[in-house]
Amino acid sequence: MFTTLKLVFIAVVNTGLDLEVSFNHLLQGMGLPSSIAHLLWLPLPMLLVLTAALIGVLVTVWLERKISAAAQQRVGPEYAGALGILQPMADGLKLLVKEDIIPQKADSLLFTLGPILVLIPVILSWLIVPFGQNLLISNVGIGIFLWIALSSIQPIGLLMSGYASNNKYSLLGGLRAAAQSISYEIPLALAVLAVVMMSNSLSTVDIVNQQNTAGLFSWNIFRQPVGFLIFWICALAECERLPFDLPEAEEELVAGYQTEYAGMKFALFYLGSYINLILSSLLVSILYLGGWGFPIPIELITNSLGQSPNAPVIQILAATIGIIMTVFKTYFLVFLAILLRWTTPRVRIDQLLDLGWKFLLPIALVNLLFTAALKLAFPIAFGG
Amino acid sequence: MTISTSTELICFLILSSVIVSGALGVVLIENIVYSAFLLGGVFMSVAGLYLLLNASFVAAAQVLVYVGAVNVLILFAIMLVNKQEELKPIKGLKIRRFFSGCVCAGLLALLFRVDITTNWATPGPKAIGEIATERIGEHLFTDYLLPFELASVLLLMAMIGAIVLARRDVISIELESKDSIPQNIIKNSTDNVLLDQSSD
Repeated sequence: MFTTLKLVFIAVVNTGLDLEVSFNHLLQGMGLPSSIAHLLWLPLPMLLVLTAALIGVLVTVWLERKISAAAQQRVGPEYAGALGILQPMADGLKLLVKEDIIPQKADSLLFTLGPILVLIPVILSWLIVPFGQNLLISNVGIGIFLWIALSSIQPIGLLMSGYASNNKYSLLGGLRAAAQSISYEIPLALAVLAVVMMSNSLSTVDIVNQQNTAGLFSWNIFRQPVGFLIFWICALAECERLPFDLPEAEEELVAGYQTEYAGMKFALFYLGSYINLILSSLLVSILYLGGWGFPIPIELITNSLGQSPNAPVIQILAATIGIIMTVFKTYFLVFLAILLRWTTPRVRIDQLLDLGWKFLLPIALVNLLFTAALKLAFPIAFGG
Repeated sequence: MTISTSTELICFLILSSVIVSGALGVVLIENIVYSAFLLGGVFMSVAGLYLLLNASFVAAAQVLVYVGAVNVLILFAIMLVNKQEELKPIKGLKIRRFFSGCVCAGLLALLFRVDITTNWATPGPKAIGEIATERIGEHLFTDYLLPFELASVLLLMAMIGAIVLARRDVISIELESKDSIPQNIIKNSTDNVLLDQSSD
């Protein structure tokens, strides 16, 4: 892994505009050996992505408050900053200075470890999220499979915190979370498999590139409409968003596995769930909505304007449009998820498991079979 | 020594010490829940060793299958069957422990002997890295087709078994007590409870 972990942050296709290379040149010009320059470069993209994820969480929390207020005909936060944009900061600060309570009869070691185990896999999964051709931490060959594998660690953290709290509601919440998570992982993986089959690669960059041959019309949502719906439902269930928020159902379980948590440990759960929501939306936009692709191919625009697509200015412009498009699509999906949360009732646990095992799983299998058949019948449209 | 080799060495030492101490913990710790969580840690560290060997697909599969499925299932079983039961003291526990310890030590000695006497081909074949996924797929569908198909038949059998056990209307007697199962359980669960108040 360490030898293959190629950390490239900004480098537009086929050219020398590579931030890593220019960073190395800058430091070597100052008289540092290249190995030291490489070491100094290593943490930079990771820190940048971590910061982006945290800012994304702040924006999402603000959106959640504002949209929920609009759905319930309230005003929502309005005093903390203009339109209440500082409210998430205030929330975070409040959680930061709250007393960190560990219940006397709880298992303090597992109680502390639980929230950490929930958060780490989610943050690690950002490794494979591309914002442009080379705008990602690592283009690992197993790409999207890494995310599926990492997201299967999360239930262990939930079970751990549910067990360690020594509270019946926590235990029930933890068990529900794990049951939900493992049963929705299977249709999710099958939906991803259909996309992977069309693009002949597990790498997220290849999946996006395969969708950007003809702009809007080559996006996977038109070739995989059923897969898109399955993936979106399963992603909502994995994030424990409201139609499927049984693990923390307030009316039944107080707050599920979070019941005994306070202060920063509670904030870790909170952070984990929002980072996971943004990550899921990003992955939906990468797998089905063309990732960083603009509805009209950039090459088409540059050619009609008589510009070379390899000119540095055009490339910087294209990279900027790519980032904006990714963020725009992601936040559109986040908006949909928030609207769904505040307008739909919660399903029962038996309905949830019925939906997962008796409906989504067979549909996902049929979708996979259909994709394989279409790929053989129409190799041009479905990836030869 | 370059940065990458020293990082690799440090990672290897950390991972292997975690594996050995974690595995000892799984066996020796009295609390079964701790053992199960430690087992998850051991599986994760094994995945880390695969990563060090440049086998990222195998590492991800290890995490998905062993941590995400096997270990979660073990934890589920432990937490659902949470009986507070006083275990009876077993006769001759010390002698039993002594003999099982002897067997384990013997196995360890055997492994050490194999390790020392075998002529290991170092360095091994070059790691193929990123194209490993494709290569595994090719092998599965050509020269390893029979084991692959046999595994799928095994999984199908397990799935049908689970369905039969879950649908209790197929089995007419209770397996342990040999009583007949009331057949209206399944029918009742589909009746609408809230509207069924007109009978009285």
